[in-house]
Amino acid sequence: MTGLESLRLGLSPAEIAAVRKRLGREPNEVEWSIIDAEWSEHSSYKSSKALLKLFPTKGKRVVLGPGYDAGVVDVGGGYVVTLHIESHNHPSAVDPYGGASTGIGGVLRDILSMGTRPIALVDILRFGRIENSPRSRWLFRNVTRGIADYGNCVGVPTVAGDIEFDESFENNCLVDVACVGIGRKGRLILGEAKYPGDLLVLVGGSTGRDGIRGAAFASKNLSKSADDDRSSVQVPDPFTKKLLIDSLLEVADTGLLRGMKDLGGGGLSTALSEVASNGGTGVDVDLDRVRCREAGMPPAEIMISESQERMLLMLKAGSTDAVFEILDKYEVSHSTIGRVTDDGLLTIRWKGAVVARLPAEFVVKAPLIPWPSKEPAKVRRATPAARTFDVGRSVLSLLASPNIASKRWVYQQYDHEVGLRTVLKPGQHDSALLKLPNGHLLAVKGDGNSAQCAIDPYNGAAGCVAESCRNVVAVGGEPIAMVDHLQFGDPSDPEVYWSFRRSIEGMADYCAGLGLPVVGGKVSFYNEDSASKKAIKPSPISLVVGLVEDEKHIVPMGFVERALSVVVAGETRAELGGSEYYRLLGALDAGTPPHVDVKKDAALYRAVLDLIRSGTAASVHDVSRGGVAIALAEMCLAGGSGAAVDLGALPSASKSVSALAFSESHGRFLIATDDPRQAGRVLRSSGIPFAIVGETGGDSLVLRSGTRVLSELENDVLHMSFEESLPRMMD
Amino acid sequence: MRVAVVRFPASNCDMDAVTSLKRVKGAEPQLVWHEDPSLADYDAVILPGGFSFGDSLRAGAIAARSPAISAVREMAGRGLPVLGICNGFQVLVEAELLPGALLRNAGLKFVCKWVSVAVENPDTPFTRKIAKGSVLRMPIAHGEGRFYLQERELRSLEKSGRVVFRYTDENGVASRSANPTGTADNIAGISNREGNVVGLMPHPERASDPLLSPFHSSDGMMVFASLVGGGS
Repeated sequence: MTGLESLRLGLSPAEIAAVRKRLGREPNEVEWSIIDAEWSEHSSYKSSKALLKLFPTKGKRVVLGPGYDAGVVDVGGGYVVTLHIESHNHPSAVDPYGGASTGIGGVLRDILSMGTRPIALVDILRFGRIENSPRSRWLFRNVTRGIADYGNCVGVPTVAGDIEFDESFENNCLVDVACVGIGRKGRLILGEAKYPGDLLVLVGGSTGRDGIRGAAFASKNLSKSADDDRSSVQVPDPFTKKLLIDSLLEVADTGLLRGMKDLGGGGLSTALSEVASNGGTGVDVDLDRVRCREAGMPPAEIMISESQERMLLMLKAGSTDAVFEILDKYEVSHSTIGRVTDDGLLTIRWKGAVVARLPAEFVVKAPLIPWPSKEPAKVRRATPAARTFDVGRSVLSLLASPNIASKRWVYQQYDHEVGLRTVLKPGQHDSALLKLPNGHLLAVKGDGNSAQCAIDPYNGAAGCVAESCRNVVAVGGEPIAMVDHLQFGDPSDPEVYWSFRRSIEGMADYCAGLGLPVVGGKVSFYNEDSASKKAIKPSPISLVVGLVEDEKHIVPMGFVERALSVVVAGETRAELGGSEYYRLLGALDAGTPPHVDVKKDAALYRAVLDLIRSGTAASVHDVSRGGVAIALAEMCLAGGSGAAVDLGALPSASKSVSALAFSESHGRFLIATDDPRQAGRVLRSSGIPFAIVGETGGDSLVLRSGTRVLSELENDVLHMSFEESLPRMMD
Repeated sequence: MRVAVVRFPASNCDMDAVTSLKRVKGAEPQLVWHEDPSLADYDAVILPGGFSFGDSLRAGAIAARSPAISAVREMAGRGLPVLGICNGFQVLVEAELLPGALLRNAGLKFVCKWVSVAVENPDTPFTRKIAKGSVLRMPIAHGEGRFYLQERELRSLEKSGRVVFRYTDENGVASRSANPTGTADNIAGISNREGNVVGLMPHPERASDPLLSPFHSSDGMMVFASLVGGGS
């Protein structure tokens, strides 16, 4: 066993036994490394695959669902949108700049490998409490800079995001990047080696010792000595990536590509075994043909290196000249490393000898692990006792709290305009909105809420999807597809696995109820705090895209016009558990969190889209973090007009002012309209509880309960709290 | 009018410039790869924004030594219009077709936002159709846009009216708070002595489609319309 131990394999004793049994022999060092990379949690989904089957994946617009490099959705007019999400949590925790940069690099390749052009990036980030943690500020600052330096250079706009700060992410920040691509439906390229005799061409960056065992690194808990793991982080090179994008899109246009696959986690091992398995073929590769960054790299390292900016092309023999001419023009290097075979084997040669020969099917099918799950004992803290309660002061504190405050400090560092597609830009509305070449517009937004998921993973996770849907609907978009990212602690912990299972069930039920297909996703386990050894809060993320068919159907978020009626659609319940208000009171884990009702939500979304398209709604905003009071403040800030609103008039069984103002119940929108009767008719016929609660106008936000004025805050004061908070902490 | 848009490795606003130019009647924009030796067939040239050569060394430094720049230099010498947008401005400065340097922004951060710029010199091929003092709304997106020139030369640049675009508030006042990057004298764009070579940091091509403007404006179009209709 000593020989095996020196390989630092992540395989369990049971997996090692399974390998020996299936092969009927002892694999050599190269073979162990290949299997180890491909059977890592990161590449194999061995702990999650069985549960991921719960997601509804079919729909009339779905061209390709999960299982490919990116999900593919038909958006009409012969065009498709591709979607993928990735995280780079562990690399970013030890090297925030490099980790975040290469995270973008990875997701861009997934979109590119489908033969589609990346047109937008969305970042969903989680950090510790920057108010009092220098380490979290360091992570936050450098992750932002890494995303900016990489995304800006490759010319793909970063158009939207979601950021949450919570102490459970103090040492294990989460850095998720999603990418949207656009392409022609008939010109998709798949990661398959279908034709024996085709050439395998490795394109782009050289292969080095960076990112060795990156997938394995992502598949274990961060250790205290995580700083020693910096060599597991890849080196970013956005310039080479930009050339790869431009040259490979030009190559894709020639129609000569028979398949394309990006090299991500697991490097060549994963890419080769997957193209062979997907194509029902084998591959025969000579590692001497791989361009290495340094001499003397042993074959096992070449096979598992995760050096960035590399792609694998499948080309018909004899068709390479035209392709190489394009690559040469961009000075993108290429080497023909082998051939597709019909023997179903992964044959790897090095210095004239076969150094690995494994069945491709066997390599890609890691045995699944059925982890036990156990519901944690409920530790419910009492609802925080009422103290002197000042609505105005609470509104200002919430507006300045990092989870709600303006993220201008972040998005102003990102080029969100390049490409001439960004109709709604960061900070302008609930979702980004992109112009598509078919004349439609695409709404994009990603969301998560770890505080609510920690108390109730089922409703919390479903609530993430609900929030994304609300955000998309608010800009006039009909939700058409979703990708998810599920981030949890160690799956061998039954309580962690229980929260994982409940989160998937929550999301799956919500999507099924709404008819929203899940076209892709990602799982990241082993996210725990290296100091406290506690798992991060359950952090499922949803990213929803929606279609707006006509640019006339866009209404602003803010109160622009004066003397309009303010209508609240949807019921406010006393659901302050996991709310930003309770976070403010230091009682985040107390109380009841919001629950979802997908049937009602479906009717609500239809009604709100109707109000937008018919021109009844003059502005629309969803209610989420901070509740109705914060949503109103955001509308005043976005549009410039003030408003006067009676919180006592909200549709609610609760009489508590704090619940009315700050509860984060799902299924609610705020709508400004000059025709409240028509708005009422539409909402009533959809069975949505609603009320006319006030009017726009003036230069301040006035909140009342009946005739009693609870607070009056001038827009300038709201503005200061909202805008100055992050710069004050970060600059 | 045939307009060459030079594409360097990792230019990323090249297609955007072409797209916006196409909105102007009479403009025939064409992408030209930086290694193509001649621009003889073109009436004007645009160096687009982006990160040519990955901003290696300094922004614009390597592109300024590419084959295309010899041709651009030759066109500039013949008095033909040359426009550098953002990274293109950086390239023109590195090629010494325009004076000064573009340093890292004060605050050392990339800044992407919509700004107001006043047109101070209508006597260039790119501002001919814009009244002096007009305030245009355009976005900026760069990390190195803080214009710098030694004090004496800066005074002479100002005096000779070679400051073409200046950051202002929406009323055209060049206030300190309207300066997004700490650039000298709020300078957003300048010209050479002859006026035919102009560089600016804001992106007129991103301000040409009202759907993409938060103000539903298309002020950037006036820059391209000036170029194409400039002779009339």
